Amino acid sequence: YCLSGHPTLPCNVLKFKSTTIMLDCGLDMTSTLNFLPLPLVQSPRLSKLPGWVLKDGSTFLDKELKECSGHVFVDSVPEFCLPETELLDLSTVDVILISNYHCMMALPYITEYTGFTGTVYATEPTVQIGRLLMEELVNSIERVPKAQSASMWKNKEVQRLLPAPLKDAVEVSMWRKCYTMPEVNAALSKIQLVGYSQKIELFGAVLVTPLSSGYALGSSNWIIQSHYEKVSYVSGSSLLTTHPQPMDQASLKNSDVLILTGLTQIPTANPDGMVGEFCSNLAMTVRNGGNVLVPCYPSGVIYDLLECLYQYIDSAGLSNVPFYFISPVANSSLEFSQIFAEWLCHNKQTKVYLPEPPFPHAELIQTNKLKHYPSIHGDFSNDFKQPCVVFTGHPSLRFGDVVHFMELWGKSSLNTVIFTEPDFSYLDALAPYQPLAMKCVYCPIDTRLNFIQVSKLLKEVQPLHVVCPEQYTQPPPTQSHRTDLMIDCQPPPVSYHRAEVLTLPYKRRYEKIEIMPELADSLVPLEIKPGISLATVSAVLHTKDNKHVLQLPPKPPQPPASKKRKRVSDDVPECKPLKPLLSGSIPVDQFVQTLEKHGFSDVKVEDTAKGHIVLLQEAETLIQIEEDSTHIICDNDEPLRVKLRDLVLKFLQKF
Amino acid sequence: MPEIKVTPLGAGQDVGRSCILVSIAGKNVMLDCGMHMGYNDDRRFPDFSYITQNGRLTDFLDCVIISHFHLDHCGALPYFSEMVGYDGPIYMTHPTKAICPILLEDYRKITVDKKGETNFFTSQMIKDCMKKVVAVHLHQTVQVDEELEIKAYYAGHVLGAAMFQIKVGCESVVYTGDYNMTPDRHLGAAWIDKCRPDLLISESTYATTIRDSKRCRERDFLKKVHETVERGGKVLIPVFALGRAQELCILLETFWERMNLKAPIYFSTGLTEKANHYYKLFITWTNQKIRKTFVQRNMFEFKHIKAFDRAFADNPGPMVVFATPGMLHAGQSLQIFRKWAGNEKNMVIMPGYCVQGTVGHKILSGQRKLEMEGRQILEVKMQVEYMSFSAHADAKGIMQLIRQAEPQNVLLVHGEAKKMEFLKQKIEQEFHVNCYMPANGETTTIFTNPSIPVDISLGLLKRETAIGLLPDVKKPKLMHGTLIMKDNSFRLVSPEQALKELGLAEHQLRFTCRVHIQDPRKEHETVLRVYNHLKAILKDYSVQHLPDGSITVESILIQATAHSEDQGTKVLLVSWTYQDEELGSYLTSLLKKGLPQSTA
Repeated sequence: YCLSGHPTLPCNVLKFKSTTIMLDCGLDMTSTLNFLPLPLVQSPRLSKLPGWVLKDGSTFLDKELKECSGHVFVDSVPEFCLPETELLDLSTVDVILISNYHCMMALPYITEYTGFTGTVYATEPTVQIGRLLMEELVNSIERVPKAQSASMWKNKEVQRLLPAPLKDAVEVSMWRKCYTMPEVNAALSKIQLVGYSQKIELFGAVLVTPLSSGYALGSSNWIIQSHYEKVSYVSGSSLLTTHPQPMDQASLKNSDVLILTGLTQIPTANPDGMVGEFCSNLAMTVRNGGNVLVPCYPSGVIYDLLECLYQYIDSAGLSNVPFYFISPVANSSLEFSQIFAEWLCHNKQTKVYLPEPPFPHAELIQTNKLKHYPSIHGDFSNDFKQPCVVFTGHPSLRFGDVVHFMELWGKSSLNTVIFTEPDFSYLDALAPYQPLAMKCVYCPIDTRLNFIQVSKLLKEVQPLHVVCPEQYTQPPPTQSHRTDLMIDCQPPPVSYHRAEVLTLPYKRRYEKIEIMPELADSLVPLEIKPGISLATVSAVLHTKDNKHVLQLPPKPPQPPASKKRKRVSDDVPECKPLKPLLSGSIPVDQFVQTLEKHGFSDVKVEDTAKGHIVLLQEAETLIQIEEDSTHIICDNDEPLRVKLRDLVLKFLQKF
Repeated sequence: MPEIKVTPLGAGQDVGRSCILVSIAGKNVMLDCGMHMGYNDDRRFPDFSYITQNGRLTDFLDCVIISHFHLDHCGALPYFSEMVGYDGPIYMTHPTKAICPILLEDYRKITVDKKGETNFFTSQMIKDCMKKVVAVHLHQTVQVDEELEIKAYYAGHVLGAAMFQIKVGCESVVYTGDYNMTPDRHLGAAWIDKCRPDLLISESTYATTIRDSKRCRERDFLKKVHETVERGGKVLIPVFALGRAQELCILLETFWERMNLKAPIYFSTGLTEKANHYYKLFITWTNQKIRKTFVQRNMFEFKHIKAFDRAFADNPGPMVVFATPGMLHAGQSLQIFRKWAGNEKNMVIMPGYCVQGTVGHKILSGQRKLEMEGRQILEVKMQVEYMSFSAHADAKGIMQLIRQAEPQNVLLVHGEAKKMEFLKQKIEQEFHVNCYMPANGETTTIFTNPSIPVDISLGLLKRETAIGLLPDVKKPKLMHGTLIMKDNSFRLVSPEQALKELGLAEHQLRFTCRVHIQDPRKEHETVLRVYNHLKAILKDYSVQHLPDGSITVESILIQATAHSEDQGTKVLLVSWTYQDEELGSYLTSLLKKGLPQSTA
């Protein structure tokens, strides 16, 4: 089941062996780009934007929709595009597996609104940093209370009349406002912390294991396996060496199915090159006396950027330029990054052993080169010195402190805004700020797998089947000639799109079962062919927590002949021992000899087309013997029949 | 019969130089590699010749696991890996890996530089040894090789202390290391899931002690420190640099702040600052409260506690000094002790366990005249207090852990023989499991009885569970299958499939019986009567009347024809296969009795 149309912010549900597992719940925030920014301080420019008027001149929407430089925006609290909730009953989801902190932003919507009662599994850094991201999100939206919440434009009839991209927005009626902090806390309380390579058993049926994915602190790929099947879920992985622990590829081998999501969004850009460009642009602006604004998330790439700058500023002669990191969670984010040593790459780990803080931003803070503030209000306004470099959120430029800086610095061409987060199109993000004098530089840094790395990875781990979002099976629409920008593998990947249900192409055949030692002792193996032995097992099957155990039957089955039923209720024996199947064939001559030995004197054998008929004339009994069947026809003489039966059985192998 | 063998090379009925050999399903694992504080000769290290007499260590051992950084658990590691020679993997947690080499270096300095011993491991050996270490996360399942896997659980004894589960196939052993079941001021409580190991190897330092509540002890401690300081005395608290020290520092720090006390608190050795730094960086290993508040205020940044200088010991006036090592067997704590011991105003508080043979142990057992090096006699006039702050589980805690893990067998180490004996009885009484307490060099063998895992074809399993679930789950149901054993693989399949796979043809054995019934009516009426009769009796079976005039009971076919000679007698042909033997045999005897007259 695919619940999200965004390939990097996935939300899929996997039904596997009677468990229902949700893989990630990413929140598609690109929807906010259709809204006007939320300014921290009253912005005369934004409030003076003209209302949007329909072609026929009717103005009933002018309160809700505003026009800015030819684009139409909704003037309302920003809303997010949720994962699909109608496709299946989300209360039946047993567990949610989170792969990284960007892919858990929809969690409160799922756990608090759908009747979800299961458990969420995530690593500790994912939870802590995820909490910071959510906190920042909630904070920046709640800080700016907006009186109106527009809904009229969502009317299907009305939406049809709107210009693109509003016209084409999907599922607008499903868009929801941001959650609140209590909801975040409630959602996070349902998370159970896990470590890499920890094997977690779900209902005894399935084993799930998180593996390092190398993309972010605590980011993980998941292996979902039973004894005979293995599904790997690869989401947001990176082969580059940045700060997190490198990706664990070996454990992904021998997968039956590999679900691949969260590839790079900027397949053409090289992260290393982008970092270089970032630094040089930053230096140039500052040297010219301008300010640099870096819209970013409070965790992740910013650690790497700070580390690069740490090495770069001295050589570039920028040591006197103040760096500001403004976010309600700035302090927490910087502190948290230092304590997750176990989740860091080897180099950083060894630093902790010295002991030294793993990230150099501790030193930047100590030497006062980097300062962090919860918001632009308070201490920041006193310390604020220009020119400077400001890191702040939100990268969509629709809310958070970044809105203020855009308004403040937008008019001067000395200043530069540098986009590093790849989640939002920078042109769309800037649209409501047009016209803009400020320089804009786009250096997206996306360390997730690119297509070359994917094909290498697939060659390495050799999954039987690959499943991925449909976006990855065709070149990006803007570069349709680039056929190298798609997944290429054999057999061709199975693709899915939003709200699609897919049946994974494999079949389960075997299951593990345990045989109790007492029972094992009682088995009598029979060697049929050299190296192959058979043993007939008659045992009681106990199934508990999806684990199967075979035990000795409580009583040895009584020989059928002694089962004389006296009462009708005896008819239905509780432990009816099943009769074994028979195999082999009966050599007639020997059989006749045996019969004679047992007192049958009048045995007569007739040959037929397929076999023989043995006649016991006196008893009016007929035994048809063929290659693979024997038929005993007799009068109702039970002792005789039983005797004959036992004689026949002597010649056959039982299973 | 599969078995697990355990041989303590150290810590068998003793505290110190923990080192336990475990053989499980053909794998050999060494748990801890410690030194003994009480000895300065060969006895301080475990006797590895027990292993080496049969070859090299690396060949024999599959892996070494270190539970935490205390020297009685890791002190012999460089000796073991570099001097005796071991190149296999050594597993420990990240904090242990970080702190362990520092303590080892410290230990080396005291032994070599101060006491001038030769033939001891060098700094380089410590470094080389640490290169063989693989760091593990909590709860991470580490696959040592194809079969052997280990998993760490939180033990709460010191920073980074862990319990380890060692598993091969379905046999498993849990080794607790040292653990603490009650959360303290900086660490959480040990926790393990219900993993039902075949054997639990538990420490038993406090086998007979049940400690009163932590809070009372803390109050007591603060009161004693406070009183001594008030009357101008000096307080010496011998501690190990990491662990208890931090807990007591937090305690005193908050107390000093609350009471606004001015007497200086010192912490000896340069290690401390470093140690506190470790605590800051590994804050994820501390308890909930500290983790939650660390962003605002890091508990390990002390305001009142300053570094100690040797000259301070002669300063007049009250002071509190934390000094290492904790058992007064060497180093700074012993020096300060010698200086202060003569004054009855002063006090020494021993916050932890002292190994036999150390000064700490002697003064705790009441000795007041100590013979020091060079035949000097030191008279101890200062007050000696013992407060158990060491983070070992008490008897209650040990029982609690056993309850949590539900082991099949328990083995006690790291404790005194007499106390162990008592706890052993208690465990056997309460849990009805075998409890062992081998001495050093003594091997305990435990027989396990593992189930045999086989593969079952899903078709067979589904068929069985489908039937089994319908009426009553509690009623045992017999299932029937064929086990195919081929090249060491076991597969359980349905008999039909087994025949097919082996290319054997099924042999059908069929019986047909003639039953004569007196019934003057027409054939089809007879059939109908038989049908009604059977239907009435065999309520739980599927009895069907087919259009061609025959009756089926399950797969048994019954046909009626008139007797060729006597029209009043009908011949019922009952036909069944061997698989329906019982039912068929029952049916014939039933029909033989005739039909009830009343039915129409």
